Amino acid sequence: MREEKGTIRLQECIASDTYRMIIEACCAEDMKPGQFVNIQVEGFSLRRPISISSIEETTFTIVYKAVGEGTKKLAQMTAGQTLDIIGPLGSSYPLDIEENDVLIIGGGVGVPPLYELAKQYRHKGKNVYVALGFQDKSSVFYEEEFRNLGCQTYVATMDGSYGTKGTVMDAIREHKITCDFVCACGPRMMLHAIEERYTKGYMSFEARMACGIGACMACVARDKKEADMYHRICKEGPVFPIGKVEY
Amino acid sequence: MTDVSIQLPGLHLKNPVIPASGCFGFGREFAELYDLSLLGGIAIKSATPQPRFGNELPRVAETYGGMLNAIGLQNPGVDAIIARELPWLAQFDTEIIANVAGACEEDYVEVVQKLNDQPVVKAFELNISCPNVKHGGIGLGTKPELAASVTRMVKKVAKKPVWVKLSPNVTNIVEIAKAVEDAGADGLVLINTLMGMRLDLKTGKPILANVTGGLSGPAIKSVAIRMVYQTAQAVHIPIIGVGGISSARDVLEFLYAGASAVEVGMYNFVDPYGCVKIIKELPMVLEEYGYSSLHEAIGRSYR
Repeated sequence: MREEKGTIRLQECIASDTYRMIIEACCAEDMKPGQFVNIQVEGFSLRRPISISSIEETTFTIVYKAVGEGTKKLAQMTAGQTLDIIGPLGSSYPLDIEENDVLIIGGGVGVPPLYELAKQYRHKGKNVYVALGFQDKSSVFYEEEFRNLGCQTYVATMDGSYGTKGTVMDAIREHKITCDFVCACGPRMMLHAIEERYTKGYMSFEARMACGIGACMACVARDKKEADMYHRICKEGPVFPIGKVEY
Repeated sequence: MTDVSIQLPGLHLKNPVIPASGCFGFGREFAELYDLSLLGGIAIKSATPQPRFGNELPRVAETYGGMLNAIGLQNPGVDAIIARELPWLAQFDTEIIANVAGACEEDYVEVVQKLNDQPVVKAFELNISCPNVKHGGIGLGTKPELAASVTRMVKKVAKKPVWVKLSPNVTNIVEIAKAVEDAGADGLVLINTLMGMRLDLKTGKPILANVTGGLSGPAIKSVAIRMVYQTAQAVHIPIIGVGGISSARDVLEFLYAGASAVEVGMYNFVDPYGCVKIIKELPMVLEEYGYSSLHEAIGRSYR
């Protein structure tokens, strides 16, 4: 973890309200898939925790949705401008796994951190199945990017305007994906559905944070088994084994 | 070189900058970033007799110029703090202030008695001003007789100086400050957070699970300055000022208002190196305004 000024190298709109930003920063060399950065947006009191979607040698990429005032401001920034960044923060998805087949499940803004993960699993020669869920056709992003990595990629939209109509679980059923090791990130409803069906793998969680480094106790979650134990989503998380935390 | 050291009850501060309780945990996360010995002191996370999980999530919400929090005094309990955190903190050359909280007067006494023989702890800070717990906390801090009573009970058993952290959610903070002084407090810390609330525009419901939370950050600085200014002229015990500090200039303003040292809260979240940056800037800012020591600036607004 370090604090530094990163330089925006690219900012582009890739889907409805969804932006991709490439940032040049030294901390890129320490990053692992699943981790996040805490970005200061001028004029706002707290930093924005945003997951890392891909890691290159001297740059990294974030993909984010401009939904609140802070992310809207971020979306107006252009190449050449600098951003105050703290990172990388939090836990990552494990890369050294026994399984040869991995099912990656992403929902909406939960999709981005899974891209780097898919990339690294593919480098290790794993078979990677990808199921992505979005609201509608205009929100879909990264389908082609996952496919270019050599992942079998399927998309579901809630309104049926693209791919399978329904959720990622519907897409998994429709395409008869039987892989039982899962890496997921997405809305709570999706994670609950995954936890009902799968027991092996990892999930990434989202929470309102303040410090992002484990000091303030704003983003804690109880342990599912031990009543008195808790985990900080920003520090021990955001990636936890399936069935680890109560949410 | 400008002298930024100051001697206060229990606290030999090499500089007047202290991270505020609840904004710094027990320092472990910040120790990954810098040497904690650079700090004047550390007000560690509140200790209660038993472990507390705290409130449901969401516990924080951003506001214009600040943030709301309703953590709910999550802490591992005083026994775990003694076993795990204090021995670790002993390695640093900085003054540890133990923030003490509870649901009733007896809780405060119990925690203080347990911490009495811990040499790492140099002073107590009674948190009678937390707005986020149902009992005790702010309840004790908003009535002069109750604030005085808990202070008196703690002073009877405490082997180290007792600082009392006051709530700004009162009509007359001077009245409470005087009551606490009369009860034997060695110093005052003001202010804690201001009670606030935010609503979600989509649902119409409160953002915080606790409904209300404590407002901190630059938004409250002027309230804190006013309260320190009024209180400093009415009591004879020293004051540690807190509220929205994010620069050495803010520290100077608190010194002018009558504070002898300061605590830095939310700024640690905005910039995790915030405290050390302020410490580095402070001698230059004092010099810029013509002071050769902290003492010359303290209480300047009314002297």
